[in-house]
Amino acid sequence: MDKAIITVVGKDTVGIIAKTSAYLARNAINILDISQTVVGGYFNMMMIVDASACDRPFDAIARGLSKLGAGMGLEIRCQKSEIFEKMHRV
Amino acid sequence: MINISEVLETNKMILEENLDVRTITMGISLLDCADSSLAKTCDGVRRKLERFAKNLVRTGDEIGREFGVPVVNKRISVTPVAVVGAACCRRSADFVRLAKALDRSAKELGVNFIGGYSAVVSKGMTPADEMLIRSIPDAMAATERVCSSVNVGSTKTGIDMDAVRLMGEIVKETAAKTKSRDSIGCAKLVVLCNAPDDNPFMAGAFHGVTEGDAVINVGVSGPGVVNYVLKSTCRGESFETLCETVKRTAFKITRVGQLVAQEASRRLGVPFGIIDLSLAPTPAVGDSVADILKEIGLEHPGAPGTTAALALLNDQVKKGGVMASSYVGGLSGAFIPVSEDQGMIDAVNAGALTIEKLEAMTCVCSVGLDMIAVPGDTPASSISGIIADEAAIGMVNQKTTAVRIIPVAGKREGENVEFGGLLGHAPVMKVSRFSCEKFIARRGRIPAPIHSFKN
Repeated sequence: MDKAIITVVGKDTVGIIAKTSAYLARNAINILDISQTVVGGYFNMMMIVDASACDRPFDAIARGLSKLGAGMGLEIRCQKSEIFEKMHRV
Repeated sequence: MINISEVLETNKMILEENLDVRTITMGISLLDCADSSLAKTCDGVRRKLERFAKNLVRTGDEIGREFGVPVVNKRISVTPVAVVGAACCRRSADFVRLAKALDRSAKELGVNFIGGYSAVVSKGMTPADEMLIRSIPDAMAATERVCSSVNVGSTKTGIDMDAVRLMGEIVKETAAKTKSRDSIGCAKLVVLCNAPDDNPFMAGAFHGVTEGDAVINVGVSGPGVVNYVLKSTCRGESFETLCETVKRTAFKITRVGQLVAQEASRRLGVPFGIIDLSLAPTPAVGDSVADILKEIGLEHPGAPGTTAALALLNDQVKKGGVMASSYVGGLSGAFIPVSEDQGMIDAVNAGALTIEKLEAMTCVCSVGLDMIAVPGDTPASSISGIIADEAAIGMVNQKTTAVRIIPVAGKREGENVEFGGLLGHAPVMKVSRFSCEKFIARRGRIPAPIHSFKN
């Protein structure tokens, strides 16, 4: 696995970025870019990450992040970046 | 670099607007499984399907999880069984054994449908073709996941009216044999004209003899996405804006299909074939082609203007889709099944939509009269007449047309039938009470149409 996009959607709370980035650091996943916005009162964050040094399977990371999000009342999704690149770039 | 609004847009399509990859269908040639012994043929079929498709479901699910887009169905299509079984099947019951072997394999491999219990008889039937066709009612009653199709005509050959006549009877018989389940056997049986060799969508999928040994074909979907975009940006706008928006959206949807297809092809070690661009509805709310037609400006599908609106929609979907993938094939258009689309069901219940209007709509879109429940006492000749009408539209207009009609045993016009799951539910529709019996009773075929003087 190389580049992936992590999205965090839900109510803003203390420590979202801290917990998410700590989880990524533990798994040797490097954050390339972070951006965030509020849409309809909801906190939306997107991280572009490089996971080429991570030796766990993609599925395990995605599930781990989803669980981490559930603990904070948030939805965290981890998707391979190609789906966004293919859809939005000719 | 990708920005947050693009990411959110994609995820909104997936999470709220029912964007999904409708099917990864692996086409597998069974030509090399044919043997003069039925047992050996069945065994060869099982082994070949296992060899190619044992990882199909797992791989499809994996890709779905990694990209975060549901891959709803994983399916298999095979060489028309009438060809595969020609050397070993001496009677119809032998073909039913082959159908059961396919059904067992489908269950073992975890695919929800296997297509290709088929005969291609556009010009005439071999004894094996006819035996297979006559075995369809028993095969559909005895199996759960096998889908059957019969191609009765083409632009190049004309229409085999003997096969059309026979299919009217077979559809009725299939309905009777699966009477206890609202004649569901007919939902897995489709009669085609100009059937493509690479269609990934059931029930008409088969792996044509022009194809390679195995291939990955993918059907995308996304009527909900198109509907949402039109609703939020196109109300009252010009046709130019409308067309541009549909095209742009179709491009995005198709790119997802292309990505999934290439990934599936790479991981399974099977060449990528085509993307089928069809907008395929499901009974789920917000996943309806009829709703798009309403958003374009119709009170209900079936209102005057429906054919024009559908023609426009279908064409823009293709224009956007071909930009997104170099290999487009299959049926590629907008599907207008009745039972599988809540908006179509509503239109029938409101009295807006009749079989005759649906027939007109099939002139400008794929694929035909699809998932239409009619009274159980509809004569076989009338069903043949409906099939002949659709086949004629396909033949003359050089397009694929099909009929998947369910004469629901014991039910009358206005009653409801429940097929369950993706097949949905449907009101029983009215069929013209006027007879075409003498027309259908004629022997032979309708000659191929002239390819000039287009009027």
